[in-house]
Amino acid sequence: MIRTEELLLNVGPQHPSTHGVFRIIVKLDGEVITEATPVIGYLHRGTEKLAENLTYTQVIPYTDRMDYVSAMTNNYVLCHAVETLMDLEIPERAEFLRLIVMELQRIASHLVWWGTYLLDIGAMSPFLYAFREREMIVNMFNELCGARLTYFYMRVGGVKWDAPEGWIDKVRDFIPYMREKLDEYEQLVSGNEIFLARVKGVGTYDAQSAIDFGLSGANLRSTGVKFDLRKDQPYSIYDRFDFDVPVQTAGDCYARYLVRFEEIKQSLRILEQAVEQFPEDGQIMAKVPRVIRPPEGEVYTRIESPRGEIGCHIVSKKKPQPYRLKFRRPSFVNLQILPKLLVGETMTNLVTILGGIDIVLGEVDG
Amino acid sequence: MSDQKQVTEMDPKESKKNIENIEEEVTEEPSPNQDRLDRIVELIKTNIAEDAIEVAFINELDRDLPCIVIRSPYWVKTAMLLKESELLKLNYLRNVSGIDFETHFEVVYYLLSMSTGNQLDVCIKVKADRENPSIPSITSVWNTANWNEREIYDLLGVQFPGHPNLKRIMMPDDWEGHPLRKDYEPIDPEV
Repeated sequence: MIRTEELLLNVGPQHPSTHGVFRIIVKLDGEVITEATPVIGYLHRGTEKLAENLTYTQVIPYTDRMDYVSAMTNNYVLCHAVETLMDLEIPERAEFLRLIVMELQRIASHLVWWGTYLLDIGAMSPFLYAFREREMIVNMFNELCGARLTYFYMRVGGVKWDAPEGWIDKVRDFIPYMREKLDEYEQLVSGNEIFLARVKGVGTYDAQSAIDFGLSGANLRSTGVKFDLRKDQPYSIYDRFDFDVPVQTAGDCYARYLVRFEEIKQSLRILEQAVEQFPEDGQIMAKVPRVIRPPEGEVYTRIESPRGEIGCHIVSKKKPQPYRLKFRRPSFVNLQILPKLLVGETMTNLVTILGGIDIVLGEVDG
Repeated sequence: MSDQKQVTEMDPKESKKNIENIEEEVTEEPSPNQDRLDRIVELIKTNIAEDAIEVAFINELDRDLPCIVIRSPYWVKTAMLLKESELLKLNYLRNVSGIDFETHFEVVYYLLSMSTGNQLDVCIKVKADRENPSIPSITSVWNTANWNEREIYDLLGVQFPGHPNLKRIMMPDDWEGHPLRKDYEPIDPEV
């Protein structure tokens, strides 16, 4: 008789596959996980508490550091919330610039995910390809606002910097280039048998549990729920553009992969239309008072970040600082389903499933 | 002091907005969402209790969002009703926030339906007193609430009786106090 014993294994907080400081304690029976307990908070910086002593503009750089792979959308959600409270009209050119950077950011963010996810699974070279293309976007952002990761680009009422000469053309040239590369990616990975064996049927859940756990973004759309805030509760100027919301029904890691991959293509479609319609000239900032004091009240705005629904809840007491600022962080909410998915899976699939959720720890811990 | 000047310039417009906000229930033209709010209020009153609702109003600053303040003893039952009712089917809990108002705590729930296809939000608020804040947990209704309630407990110290695992989630387990409270004073300000 072989004596079997339960093994308690601690993964993280420092572990390459967790993409940050995330710890998960797993109970193992052989190689099969019987229980998983995530431990988070290692990167908690108290953004919400800090924000209570800062003016709204001063909070924006903190949002850069929340989901640091997608700083532009984070900038936007805060500005959008304050603008909704103040009932501000944003100049056309500023809206276009915001939309273009947000869609470029979505592509960049999905590329980081695509590269690191495959790296998690064991494919080295896609990571290098993805970062080569992402570098182009990052350089464009650098040219626009002087930063490569934490942009601090948007302000309440518009954007800080206008597009430099020839910048829009660079975006225009990037679109066909990226399309070509996507075909290459597709041939390289999407049909690869080893890859399929690792992701197909792994980490499956249905629409019912996705809704119950409040999942959003690709995690929700991979179960057949067609819900994208850009279409369903449009913000900014998304209602002017023609694009599809990619949906898959299998609900496994492969479905999430396909949704995100297709989203890059749809973002390119939006960009293509946006650069064509980009206004020749115009203001990039609305008329905003020097000290921003939104009227007393409460607002919750939400937008579609690459990771799902990012929301900003502001309670204003007509002071320059928010009375309470709460971010609905998609990674934090999406991560909740992880223990449920892991039970019954093998240790190797832990990495596949965790990577498939696409979390950024800066956002999980706030 | 040039800042001050700018602000006074904005003031008349802003204060006008505020007056509108206060008078929202008596404005002549009702909000497009008023009907919807009335229907939800009616549903809760007939199915739960006459006094389950403290107040219901339209938040005009937030795109006419219907808001309902529920008395905490009725909250779990009301939550079940909101999720199960054929009319609403609010099965998606998108956000939970906790707010310290110094006189009381407030937990705000933003709900949405994923099956009726009308994509309209409802905001529910539940209040808790400042001394011994406690609001029944709704983790059994929406799983999303699990970590959100833990976060609110951790940072604001609101108890959620009925929660399966109400432990600190962001701060270390041996942390003292609840940092997001307005009167929080760190033991060691250096940290």
